[in-house]
Amino acid sequence: MSMRLFVSRDAGAVAVGADEVALALEQAAARRGIAIEIVRTGSRGLYWLEPLVEVAAPQGRIAFGPVTETDVPSLLDALASNTPHLLRLGATDEIPWIKRQTRLTFARCGVIDPRSLDDYRAHGGYKGFERALSLGPDAILNEVTASGLRGRGGAGFPTGIKWKTVAQAKADRKFIVCNADEGDSGTFADRMIMEGDPFLVIEGMTTAGITVGATKGYIYIRSEYPHAVETMNAAIQAARRGGYLGNRIGGSTYSFDLEVRVGAGAYVCGEETSLLESLEGRRGIVRAKPPLPAHHGLFGKPTVINNVLSFAAIPFILSEGAKAYADFGMGRSRGTMPIQLAGNIRYGGLFETAFGVTLGELVDDIGGGTFTGRPVRAVQVGGPLGAYFPRALFDTPFDYEAFAARDGLIGHGGIVVFDDSVDMRRQARFAMEFCAVESCGKCTPCRIGSTRGVETIEKIINGERVHENLALVEDLCNTMKFGSLCALGGFTPYPVLSALKHFREDFVPAPTTLQAAE
Amino acid sequence: MTTPYEPRYEPRYEPWDEARGAEIIAEHAGQEGATLVILHALQEAFGYVPEAAIPMVAQALNLSRAEVHGVFTFYHDFRHKPAGRHVLKLCRAEACQAAGGDALAARAEAKLSVALGNTTADDRVTLEPIYCLGLCATAPSAMLDGRLIGRLDQKRLDALVAEAQR
Repeated sequence: MSMRLFVSRDAGAVAVGADEVALALEQAAARRGIAIEIVRTGSRGLYWLEPLVEVAAPQGRIAFGPVTETDVPSLLDALASNTPHLLRLGATDEIPWIKRQTRLTFARCGVIDPRSLDDYRAHGGYKGFERALSLGPDAILNEVTASGLRGRGGAGFPTGIKWKTVAQAKADRKFIVCNADEGDSGTFADRMIMEGDPFLVIEGMTTAGITVGATKGYIYIRSEYPHAVETMNAAIQAARRGGYLGNRIGGSTYSFDLEVRVGAGAYVCGEETSLLESLEGRRGIVRAKPPLPAHHGLFGKPTVINNVLSFAAIPFILSEGAKAYADFGMGRSRGTMPIQLAGNIRYGGLFETAFGVTLGELVDDIGGGTFTGRPVRAVQVGGPLGAYFPRALFDTPFDYEAFAARDGLIGHGGIVVFDDSVDMRRQARFAMEFCAVESCGKCTPCRIGSTRGVETIEKIINGERVHENLALVEDLCNTMKFGSLCALGGFTPYPVLSALKHFREDFVPAPTTLQAAE
Repeated sequence: MTTPYEPRYEPRYEPWDEARGAEIIAEHAGQEGATLVILHALQEAFGYVPEAAIPMVAQALNLSRAEVHGVFTFYHDFRHKPAGRHVLKLCRAEACQAAGGDALAARAEAKLSVALGNTTADDRVTLEPIYCLGLCATAPSAMLDGRLIGRLDQKRLDALVAEAQR
């Protein structure tokens, strides 16, 4: 019997040499006359251990990592002779970083062959969909609502209510749109699930389709994710062949099909109305709301538009029941959140856990602090539009409302760690710069405000009338916050104001310098 | 099972040809909201979207030239002229900034004697910023002609620059 090995084909693993390791394994095994089979999986999300190599053993998989090409000969020898190896991490499921997680959405990611429908089904795939078929639309809506699932893209709107609105709308056509324009720096959960468990997204979207009466869905993936595009397309083809997309899906009377559309490098297209414009083939200019996409969405038809992670949460909710999902979490944030630890962090990766874990636990305990070994000074939570939090706020629990209460947001669950070498003036300026470059230009506070913001922060950096200009930036932020049409202009003030508030010392010169300057 | 590997390719593009352009446009024009799909397909074939293609797209989709031009110029991805022989993209978003990306970007600019967003005088390398490749746990990251590179440091960057200059 041949030895079964597992090496990730996730873009994050490939970027650090997983393809080279897989090739070296094949070549070294051939030279030794050892029969091996390499399964290319998604990533387990323990990126500091990538490339991770796992081997199938009677008691479960055994992990080795991080493996380089040069480690391959000794690794194969150790595997063939069943002797110890320096990179051996033990049973994968027993690695504390994995064991501490509650993997509901990411249960299969890193385990199965993402392009195999059979593997997906063998690991519980389409169980939720089969139950959904037997429940029917009304009961599915009840389940989704009772689960407490809120939109994982960042806004946190209850998914059940959104679906119900579309279900009740009368129209000749309805659409399901998956927002896979994951542009926030520090986030990669959508990419991981599309590359590691794409059928999960298909199952979630198909379930939405039968619930609201839509027969066509689009997955809008950003062009920066070519691997995700390729994997989703392969999975869609496999699902069609397997009878899970197309006419009379899964032997039912329902029809549903999917198509991948690729973005073109516009961050603002992650905003849902801008995304719809882009899907229709236009400039990604934000639409005023109302009308809501649920009433007047893609091509003017009622549309469910949800984030990848929202759709990916649906199969578990339907297979295990709403209560099983809602039992996790705190307050109005139910279930689990795939949290992404990134930037200058020792143990970076994807950590799925119930809401309620504190920021400090995530950064210090789970993330292990910085990889530079210097003290953590600031963390940005929720992407380029998220606030910078200092250590003093590390007791904030991961929860939509708790972050909002501290002028922050959890967004798409990304946490970017900075050490004490960070200059918060530059980070504040970058937030404005990013907004200026990415603004769709429709509303004035965002289009003009961000450019004026860059200029004013520049003046502060140059020491020009610092206090006056700080007051001006705060005033400008207020205008952007309340006067912008969408979250781009509306939330850019979060990183800027939080930097000003919590890291004031970076902006205001020390007293002696101040005297000299005035 | 054969293991699929990332091809280490040098992008090869066809020279602009009106008949070929028309064929590509016709292939996708039937889709709903086809403008971006067509622009992507044209760029994939020719390496950029030639100006001559804009009125052709407009006609095929029953849009005005201004509308197609507006879409073409809105999105960062679409090029109005061919890029250098190799395209090196450096991630400049926050996670990569936190991991030392600023210094690496400056180093790449110095080595290639070109600012981000530009092509070297010999047309060999286009150096571009990219805002997030989603490799934020193995930052800083880069992409050379579609190949991803994580955990970038000075040594790896220098090797990439040398490879791109070849």
